Amino acid sequence: MSDELLDYPRRHYGMDHERYEWSMLQDRKPVIWPDGKPLALWINISVQHFPLSGDKPAVPPPGALTMPYPDLRHYTLRDYGNRVGIYRLLKLMAEYEANPSLAVSGALAERYPQLLKRLDQTPYEWLGHGWNMLCMHAGEVDVDTEAGWIADSRQALEQFTDRPIKGWLSPGRLQTANTPELLVKTGFTYQCDWVNDELPYTFKTTEGDMICLPSCLELDDVFVLSQNLHSEDSFAQQVIDAADLLIKEGREQGGRLLALNLHPWLVGQPHRIRTVREMLEALLVARGAAIWHASPSRIIEAAQA
Amino acid sequence: MSGSAQNAELDLYDYSAYEGRPKIEWPSGARLAFWVAPNIEFYELDAPVNPHRKPWPHPYPPVPGYSIRDYGNRVGHQRQMAVLDKYDVRGSISLSAALCEHHPEIISLCAERDWEFFSHGIYNTRYTYGLTEDQEREMIEDAMATIERAVGQRPAGYLAPALSHSNHTIDLFAEAGGRYTCDLFHDDQPTWVKTRSGKPFVSIPYSLELNDTIAYVVQKMEPRRYGEIIRRAFDQLYAEGAESGTVMCIPTHNYQVSCPHRLRAFEEALEYITGHSDVWVTTGREIAEYSLSYLQEQIGGGAESAK
Repeated sequence: MSDELLDYPRRHYGMDHERYEWSMLQDRKPVIWPDGKPLALWINISVQHFPLSGDKPAVPPPGALTMPYPDLRHYTLRDYGNRVGIYRLLKLMAEYEANPSLAVSGALAERYPQLLKRLDQTPYEWLGHGWNMLCMHAGEVDVDTEAGWIADSRQALEQFTDRPIKGWLSPGRLQTANTPELLVKTGFTYQCDWVNDELPYTFKTTEGDMICLPSCLELDDVFVLSQNLHSEDSFAQQVIDAADLLIKEGREQGGRLLALNLHPWLVGQPHRIRTVREMLEALLVARGAAIWHASPSRIIEAAQA
Repeated sequence: MSGSAQNAELDLYDYSAYEGRPKIEWPSGARLAFWVAPNIEFYELDAPVNPHRKPWPHPYPPVPGYSIRDYGNRVGHQRQMAVLDKYDVRGSISLSAALCEHHPEIISLCAERDWEFFSHGIYNTRYTYGLTEDQEREMIEDAMATIERAVGQRPAGYLAPALSHSNHTIDLFAEAGGRYTCDLFHDDQPTWVKTRSGKPFVSIPYSLELNDTIAYVVQKMEPRRYGEIIRRAFDQLYAEGAESGTVMCIPTHNYQVSCPHRLRAFEEALEYITGHSDVWVTTGREIAEYSLSYLQEQIGGGAESAK
């Protein structure tokens, strides 16, 4: 066997790469959120287009079509999110005066302008979310191709809104070796794909620094409900347990962040939407005094203050 | 490959039925020896590819797998430490030795608490598969020496990196001065392990069934159910421990158990276990040393294995 298996060129202090500095959450200067609240809440809604295609990406995203073409069953179940689920979620968010961000597939601007116009009527921050759920930023994607996906995603969304688009969430939270540089070159100032922390931190690229605002895979609705097959009630319980632990830590140690990611095609279903209501009730009403609910850009600003 | 047969039954231990064994008497008459084994690991972003096992399911850079494991180091360890401190549990660390170099701050926090460090290889992205016997000996010694330099004590235990083994793993670890293995899941009590050198060596139960990563990633459990299965396992082993001492281990990974939606289940289980009398809350090394002394007396394993 080759000696390479016992060769350790990056065995030294800190990380084994150049993307960010090593540090532990508990050792950093405490973050203070507005009004001294112990916990910041970021809710993101991922509004996604899964093309009806027999093409299989090298790394399929959660929720990818799986059946032989035409996989009408999964295609339409995902499209349900853009026709029904998102409107259910928007109504609920408005009712609770929530402030989610919206990560939107660029292709939806071409397909469903009515939906994009409706999203522009909300006060919510938008994030780039790739072109569609087949254009996966993973592995050996040609750098020009990937640059095109990122630029097209931004331009498509900008046709429908004047709000600044600063943040990026990759389909499936995947990245190629080039993604961070391409994001900075395309004007994104933060990305949410690395789930390695509970507070924003500086992420280095050869095009300049950006921020990583870590999303949370482990409490993502698709991960909990669709991949782990947990019940809706357990999902709500897990979110509430997380909030309670983080509120306690936030009071004792410094501000904490709870990041939730929701998919209209999943929790927008009639038997699941009440779980979102239960979460909003528990977080924004019952624990409202302890939770600062804000857009991702505001959370990043406050964390850096 | 090392030239060893790839289909040989390994003669690791003698068969012993759970009924009718000599009685195990733990210190102070405890029924059950309880230990918690936090895995403190480093996974490489860009590990060399071992033809026998891929380090990551995703192509480079494997952001999903790498970043959640890094979360364990950046966020999880101190969160779990606070809970273990609260219940006076000393961790027995299953340690990727290179973490002594990457993240010495974590090592210091464990050392301050008088926790045990045992070897879990160099990186959890470097497997035993395909190494020659000499290469594996080098890797085992490198890990032992690295940990000894960092903490001042040579590890007594081994959990092979990512549970990857060769035919020689246990022999080599015993020859390097090791005293116990966590790699065998055949029993709820310590077992004398036969090694080619005949050195006293014991298997200490380290439960895969209660391992948080098996529970959460493989079995996809809801957090509260994980807490429930830990309590059920404890109830059974505690009851049986009235007749002869048993061992219970909770192996953890802080990218799983210390996620904010999961830690409560672990804490409630710890509260339940440590709320019982006659529980010996201890470390892997202490169970191993105690077991080796009685096993040598009780079953004469030392004499048999030394041939």
